[in-house]
Amino acid sequence: MTNALELYGLLAEFDGPEPLVTAARRVHAEGYRRVDAFTPFPLEELDEALEIRRTRLPWVFFLAGAMGAVGGFFMQWFATVIHYPFNVGGRPLNSWPVYIPVTFELTVLLAGLIGVIAMFARNGLPMFHHPLFGVRRFARATQDCFFLVIEANDPEFKPETTAELLRSLDPMRVIEVPR
Amino acid sequence: MPDSRPAPATTEQPPVIDTRLSYRSLTRKFAGVVLTARTPKTWWLGFLFSFGLLMLFFLAIAYLLMVGVGIWGINIPVAWGFAITNFVWWIGIGHAGTLISAILLLLHQSWRTSINRFAEAMTLFAVACAGLFPLLHLGRPWYFYWLLPYPNTMSLWPQFRSALVADVFAISTYFTISLVFWYTGLVPDFAAVRDRARRRVAQVFYGILALGWRGSARHWHRYETTYVMLAALATPLVVSVHTVVSFDFAITLIPGWHSTVFPPYFVAGAIFSGFAMVLTLIIPVRAFYRLHAVVAIRHLENMGKVMLVTGLIVGHGYLAEAFFAWYSGDKFHAYMQLNRMFGPYAWMYWALLAGNVAVPQLIWWRWARTTPWVLFVIALLVNITMWIERYVIVVTSLHRDFMPSAWGMFRGTIWDWLTLIGSFGLFLSLLFLFLRLAPMASMSELRKLLFESKEKENAG
Repeated sequence: MTNALELYGLLAEFDGPEPLVTAARRVHAEGYRRVDAFTPFPLEELDEALEIRRTRLPWVFFLAGAMGAVGGFFMQWFATVIHYPFNVGGRPLNSWPVYIPVTFELTVLLAGLIGVIAMFARNGLPMFHHPLFGVRRFARATQDCFFLVIEANDPEFKPETTAELLRSLDPMRVIEVPR
Repeated sequence: MPDSRPAPATTEQPPVIDTRLSYRSLTRKFAGVVLTARTPKTWWLGFLFSFGLLMLFFLAIAYLLMVGVGIWGINIPVAWGFAITNFVWWIGIGHAGTLISAILLLLHQSWRTSINRFAEAMTLFAVACAGLFPLLHLGRPWYFYWLLPYPNTMSLWPQFRSALVADVFAISTYFTISLVFWYTGLVPDFAAVRDRARRRVAQVFYGILALGWRGSARHWHRYETTYVMLAALATPLVVSVHTVVSFDFAITLIPGWHSTVFPPYFVAGAIFSGFAMVLTLIIPVRAFYRLHAVVAIRHLENMGKVMLVTGLIVGHGYLAEAFFAWYSGDKFHAYMQLNRMFGPYAWMYWALLAGNVAVPQLIWWRWARTTPWVLFVIALLVNITMWIERYVIVVTSLHRDFMPSAWGMFRGTIWDWLTLIGSFGLFLSLLFLFLRLAPMASMSELRKLLFESKEKENAG
C-alpha cells in the first residue's frame, strides 16, 4: 500500500451507470465527502447521490444578461441623446423602440459568453494536468466506463478501510491514484 | 427523460437510436472517423473540389477589393442585388441548426441528438458565409469597423436608429453564440477523442481543445445547466436574427418590402430553407459514413415534416403578400405584385411558387418522406427556389418602384455569380474540415440517449 501522503485517492471502476450510482450513495452515506464520479455522459442521479449542490450559474447568466441589457440600452441612449444628438425627421431623440433589437442582442451576447466562461472557470477548466490522467484506465472515463474516486484528503480517508469499502461495492477494479 | 405522462403514440414509432449500439461502439464509430490515419479518397475529392471553389471566392474578393462593387451588376435603382440575396439566403440556412440544437432541446425532442452537432456546424459555416456579403457590399470593406461603436477621433457613432446597425449586432451575436454553443457541446467529445488518440500530435491537439475535461459529476452538473441556459438564450436569438434581417426591408418604404408580414414570413422561410439544407447535406453524409444506426429514416421523416409545415407558413406569406397588394388599395404596391407575377422576372416568381409551395406538398405522402433520394431532390429544389425567392424580393421590389423614369433592370455579372459560387467553396471547405477533424455527432449526448432508450426498453 502506498503512503497516504503520496496518494491522490482511490479510484473504483464500475460496470455501468446503475452500480456507480449505488456505490456513490453508499460512499456518501459512509460519510465521505471528497468524492467524485466520472462518467462518459451526464447522469442526473449522481447529483442526488453525491448531494451536489445546485449550481448558481443561472444567476451569472441573469446578471450578465442584465448588464448587457442595461449597458446596451444606455449606450444607444447616450449616443443618440447626449453625445451626438441627431434630428431624424423630427422624431424624438430618445426613440427607444428602435433601440430594442441591439439591446436584446447585447443581452444574449453577454449572458451567453460570460455564462459559459463562468461555467468553465467554476469547473476549474482548462486544467491540462490532473493526477487522474496518470491512470491509464481513466482514459475510458470519457468513452464508456464509470468511475468513482475518494480523495485521500477526505477526513474519513484511511487507505485500508476505504479500499475495503470500495471493494465491497462490487467494482470491476480499484486503482490507487498517485499524486 | 423520466416521463410521467401516459405513453402517447410514440411507442409505435421506430426508435431514434439503434439500441444494439454500445457506448463503446458509438465512441469508436465517431472518434474513429476523426482519428483514422487513412483519409477516405472521396473526402479528398470533395475537399479539393470545395477548396478550388474557395480559391475562386478569394479571386472574386480580390478583384472586388481592387476595383470596387462596380464589378457587380448593382446600380441604381437595384443597388442590393446578389450581395443581399446571398446574405439573406445563407443566414436563413443557419437557422435550422439553431432550431435543431436549441429549440428541439428545450422541447425534449430526443431525435435531435443524432443531428444537432452537424446542424450546428452548418449554422456556423453558413453564418460565416452570410456575414461576408454585407461586408463585401460596403464598398470599402476595410472600414468595416465603422459599423461598430468604438471610441474614435471623429467622435461619431453608428446610426442606432437604422436596422442595418441592428443587423451588425444580430449577426455577430448570432455567430458568437452559435460558436460558443457548438464548442461547449464539443468539449466532452474532444476529451473522448483525446483519450482515444494514439499519435502525439492528435493527443496534444485534442487535449488542448478538450480543456482537460474529465467527465466529473460536478462538472457535468454545471455543464448541463449551462447547456440548457444557452439553448434558452439561442431560442429567442434565432427568431430575433431573421426578424432584424427582415427589418432591413420592412422599415423602408419600398413597395413589396414595407410590410408587417415580413418578420414571421422571413423566420419561417429561414427555417424552411435551413431544414432543406440540413437534408441536402445529411442524406449524402449519412450514406457515405453509414450512419443509419444513428440517423434513422425517422430523423429524415421528422425533418421533412418540419420542412412541410414551415413551407406552408411561407406559402401563407406569399398569399398574404398578394392579398395585401390588392387590399391595401396602394397603386404602387398592387403594381409591384402584378410586376412580380407577370413582369420581366415573372418566371422566377412562378418557379419559387412551384419549388417552395407546390413540390414540398409531396411530403404529405409517407413514401416521399421515407425515401431519402426523394427528400434529397425536394430539399435541393427548395434550396434553389429559396434563393430565387430572396432574389425576387430584392430585385423586383427595387427595379420598378415609384417613378417609371427611374425604372431599370438588374442582371448579375460573372463576378456576382463567382462570388455566390465561391461562397459555397468556403462553406463546403469548412464542412469537409469539420467532418474530418471533429466528431460529427455528439457522442456524449448519444450515449445518454442510448442509456435512456435501453432503460425504456428494459422497463417496457
